[in-house]
Amino acid sequence: MINPRILKALLRKEVALMRRNPIIPKIVLLMPVMVMLVIPLVANLDVKSVNVAVVDNDRSQLSCRVISDMEHSDILTIMSVSGSHNEAMQYVENGTADVLLTIPVNYEKQVSDGDAAIDIEANGVNAIKGMLGARYVSQSVMETLVSWQRENGILIRYPESSVINRYNPTLNFRNYMIPALMVVLLIIICGFLPALNLVSEKESGTIEAMNVTPVSRLTFVLSKLIPFWIIALLVVTVGMIVGRLVYGLAPVGSIGAIYLATILFGLVMSGLGVLIANRSSTMLQSIFVMFAFIMIFQLMSGLFTPIRSMPQWAQYFTYAIPPRYFIEIIRSVYLKGTTIIELWQQYAALAGFATAILLLAALTYKKQS
Amino acid sequence: MNESNDIAISVRNLTKMFGAFIAVDHISFDVKRGEIFGFLGANGAGKTTAMRMLCGLSYPTSGDGFVAGCDINTQAEGIKRRIGYMSQKFSLYGDLTVMENLRLFATVYGMSDKKISEVSTDLFKNLEMENMRDTLVKDIPVGWRQKLAFATATIHSPEIVFLDEPTGGVDPITRRRFWELIYKASSDGMTVFVTTHYLDEAEYCNRVSIMVDGRISALDTPQTLKKKYNATTMDEVFRIVAKDAKRGD
Repeated sequence: MINPRILKALLRKEVALMRRNPIIPKIVLLMPVMVMLVIPLVANLDVKSVNVAVVDNDRSQLSCRVISDMEHSDILTIMSVSGSHNEAMQYVENGTADVLLTIPVNYEKQVSDGDAAIDIEANGVNAIKGMLGARYVSQSVMETLVSWQRENGILIRYPESSVINRYNPTLNFRNYMIPALMVVLLIIICGFLPALNLVSEKESGTIEAMNVTPVSRLTFVLSKLIPFWIIALLVVTVGMIVGRLVYGLAPVGSIGAIYLATILFGLVMSGLGVLIANRSSTMLQSIFVMFAFIMIFQLMSGLFTPIRSMPQWAQYFTYAIPPRYFIEIIRSVYLKGTTIIELWQQYAALAGFATAILLLAALTYKKQS
Repeated sequence: MNESNDIAISVRNLTKMFGAFIAVDHISFDVKRGEIFGFLGANGAGKTTAMRMLCGLSYPTSGDGFVAGCDINTQAEGIKRRIGYMSQKFSLYGDLTVMENLRLFATVYGMSDKKISEVSTDLFKNLEMENMRDTLVKDIPVGWRQKLAFATATIHSPEIVFLDEPTGGVDPITRRRFWELIYKASSDGMTVFVTTHYLDEAEYCNRVSIMVDGRISALDTPQTLKKKYNATTMDEVFRIVAKDAKRGD
């Protein structure tokens, strides 16, 4: 089935063609570097500044204290303090304020009585900013209340809760993004390049010269996949180097665990590329089909939004999406230092997908029509 | 059907349909070992389709045949080990050098490195391409590319070589040279199955068949055909035989 001598000759051909291609070597090296340098800086979900409009109906010592404490915080900025809700609402509507805080009449008295409520309204257009902004405001109010009550000798009714974010202590979005970006790069590079490579052989007619030789289908398909293992390892290596040098984020777990997962996932993606190319007669077709897969892979694999927040049926569906397992492995190894043995299920799933896709790619590759 | 060792190709009622369109319509013929067999026909007559079935690139819809002793319906991969094929479309790797292309195909056909270097030295001398060994194929002129494609298709000394319009777009002098290569291969015992548009080339063949609308309308030696149709050149023969063609341009 696999003739090592022929495979070697075919691989030599692939490497020579790739090296002499005017674009591919540059993409393979530059794209990971550029993506890793730029995207973590721009694609950022951290909320670092929240603008607040305050409606102060109480005008007491306490309400002034709440407002001034907020003004002293690094994140919160008071845009206006007014007496009417409508006036404050305008700031939210024209986008100057993200959160609206209403302090009710007799607030100070209610707090002393131990029965106080404060209204926080968040602008939900930017869901993440609204949600986090509301949390920052309520936290700030809570801190003010706690110290005010302590100073005035009132029984503390507001339990203090403290949250520690494990594995990503500062909740830095970059730590979440950097492993995800490497996955995105692998999906794109290892998915598109083999598909385009094979279809371009169809378009130029060289594939026919191969189909009329006695080369076995498995040997030929392997010669299309193996170069992309190497490229996948290269991409991940570049990603890890940039992550370490520029953002100071090194994998907590072993690099071997990352490489093993990369080899399996690279095979899955490039196998899928060959599978699609087998069914396409033009580059246009293969690109469109690949895009459909990549959309689903990026949006449903837990790359940007957690799988647990998807509807139940979608959660079941994610088991059929190979990048799901790769993302779990990369994130756990990178941020938590999980070992291969602990992640054996994910590795086994990837290996299963890789074998199935390789066989399918070889079987759907037709030398005769 | 393959009772005789003198027969290289033998087909009976070979048919290929694409949907309702009958590209090749029940053709039957034999090609003798060592023969130069010309496969003529207008554009769209079905020559390339027929040839692709003979090479194991395309499944016949119906009909039987043997190529180099292998059944075209069941032993396509066996055929591929015994033949060489030069496509109508230039199909070497433009970004590989002349030698890299040769070595690649020779290795795929199972030749050892030692054998490849022996054969290629002679080959470059014969083709007068010694100075082009390390030139990228896309940088050499068309005529030379065709000669290289022929050399690649025959480097493993196949029993039969299939040439699909090998001299398309090539000047008369290079065509002449190309036919010298074909004669040489034939004199070495190789069977040559060649399609062409150039009717003067038909005169160089031992026997020719003329395909019209998927069928073989005439098949004999050029001399006999000319006598039969009372013509002085193959060009005239072709015009008479193909005058009722409905397909093609």
